Amino acid sequence: MKIFRNIGRKLFLLGAAMTAATVVVATPASAQRDPAYASARSTGALGEKVDGYLGIVGAATPQLQRLVDDINIKRRAVYAQKAQENNATLEQYAMTAGCQAIARTVPGEKYQAPDGSWKTRTSEAPVRDSRCPA
Amino acid sequence: MTGAGALGGCINVSAPDAPIVIELNINIRQEVIYRLAEDAANTIDENADIF
Repeated sequence: MKIFRNIGRKLFLLGAAMTAATVVVATPASAQRDPAYASARSTGALGEKVDGYLGIVGAATPQLQRLVDDINIKRRAVYAQKAQENNATLEQYAMTAGCQAIARTVPGEKYQAPDGSWKTRTSEAPVRDSRCPA
Repeated sequence: MTGAGALGGCINVSAPDAPIVIELNINIRQEVIYRLAEDAANTIDENADIF
């Protein structure tokens, strides 16, 4: 039954092609939030601050502090490089990113209002600094 | 301070209920933020793991 062998071979090749495609698609996924960070965001344990960095909203634990410090150090490095490229200061660039990061929070996540208080994002637009772009 | 003495000699100063907010980044102007906005949005997209 040569015909079945041929079909079997084609299915095998199709399977191999799909596996290869999966590997290609999976690569950008490594640039997503790690599960601990994603979880801390969704539970509101941490939130986006006005200055462009993450902050701990409630009680700090060593694990949470490490997570926030780690991401904030990485953000600072990115801000510093981008600020230089754009002839801006680190603080200017970081605050601009903060405007955007707060705008991108989803309902349930925490963000810092201009008065320094933590707010929970709803379906309404977040309360942002008056200088933030629309 | 005779007048104050007549009123009991105490001056009460109460702290405001609302926190005193010190506006940080007061030197960052809106036009600078507008200039950087598009670049910052791209930066967030390109670094999705830390935003």
